Amino acid sequence: MTDATTNTTIQAAEGEARFGDYIQLLKPRVMSLVVFTAFVGLLVAPVSVSPMVGFTAILFIALGAGASGALNMWYDADIDGVMRRTAKRPVPAGTVSAGEALSLGLWLSAISVAMLGLATNWYAAGLLAFTIFFYAVVYTIWLKRLTPQNIVIGGAAGAFPPMVGWVAATGSVSLEAILMFGLIFMWTPPHFWALALFMKSDYHEAKVPMLTVTHGRAETRRQILIYTILLVPVALGLGFTAVAGPVYLAAAIVLNAIFLKGAWDIWRRAEALAEADAYVVEKRFFRFSLYYLFLHFGALLADAGLRSWGMA
Amino acid sequence: MPITQTHELHKRRFGRNLGVALSLVGFAAIVFGLTVAKIREGASMEAFDHTPRVSITPPVETKP
Repeated sequence: MTDATTNTTIQAAEGEARFGDYIQLLKPRVMSLVVFTAFVGLLVAPVSVSPMVGFTAILFIALGAGASGALNMWYDADIDGVMRRTAKRPVPAGTVSAGEALSLGLWLSAISVAMLGLATNWYAAGLLAFTIFFYAVVYTIWLKRLTPQNIVIGGAAGAFPPMVGWVAATGSVSLEAILMFGLIFMWTPPHFWALALFMKSDYHEAKVPMLTVTHGRAETRRQILIYTILLVPVALGLGFTAVAGPVYLAAAIVLNAIFLKGAWDIWRRAEALAEADAYVVEKRFFRFSLYYLFLHFGALLADAGLRSWGMA
Repeated sequence: MPITQTHELHKRRFGRNLGVALSLVGFAAIVFGLTVAKIREGASMEAFDHTPRVSITPPVETKP
């Protein structure tokens, strides 16, 4: 009897999940960006927050982002399985069932919202709940498969964390929080469309209406330039608010000049030339876009440090 | 007869159980830490706690 039970268990357990598989459901790389931007949003706010409350707030904002990642993986398992980049995610790989991903996403959403409310205020908790809803329902379920502007809409969900951090500290939304939101929101389309230009086959095979597929690559290049032009005043505008200082303003001028030049170069390039040199300009622009966002928020942090030492 | 041979799945299950245990301990520690922080933040508050005390009784004017 024992032999039979053991053999069955071993066979059934071939696809059994490791703890790390559940961590993968939470999209840890996205969470690291959420932690950083929410941390900056909370720290630059003109209110002092006790370290324990601040730590708890950041942790549960990140967990809320992770929960929305799990919900996204639950719903998108079919297209994740088709795309090379996402085929090894736990649900399409078969290590975690779709039901488990859904359950984990829902429970972590409830826990993170409740804990953020208890730690800080219910306005911040409500904003976190809205962020999860926006990413999981509005973006993932509703608009991702419907419109080529899906990246723009998805970008809004990624832009909320610094605002949630700010509201967790202050209890209200202000111009600074809106501009921090705007910075990530306007940055997302050029960042992802540059990626779509050199990862072309994946989205096409998954039948996701990516701009490169629906409107062509020349239009995508034009849209990258348009969104970059719209991004510049938002990034520079943040430099004239109370949360920024000389470090941010100097960094924003340099970074936006480089970013704008990159977008201009992408727009001017012919597809044949890009294909010939293996999308070197697009890849460079994409890599730089990662530094672009990190350095903007890093500069805000540096200015907050200077202010706290009485140097700005 | 007890199962003496360890299969890879036992390691996976142990890892998963350990992960869940550490998450729960971490969660309890955060709730505890947060409670302490909240109580400390409110340490300067004083309210009626069913025992009259000098600091919360209204001042009585005395004639010189």
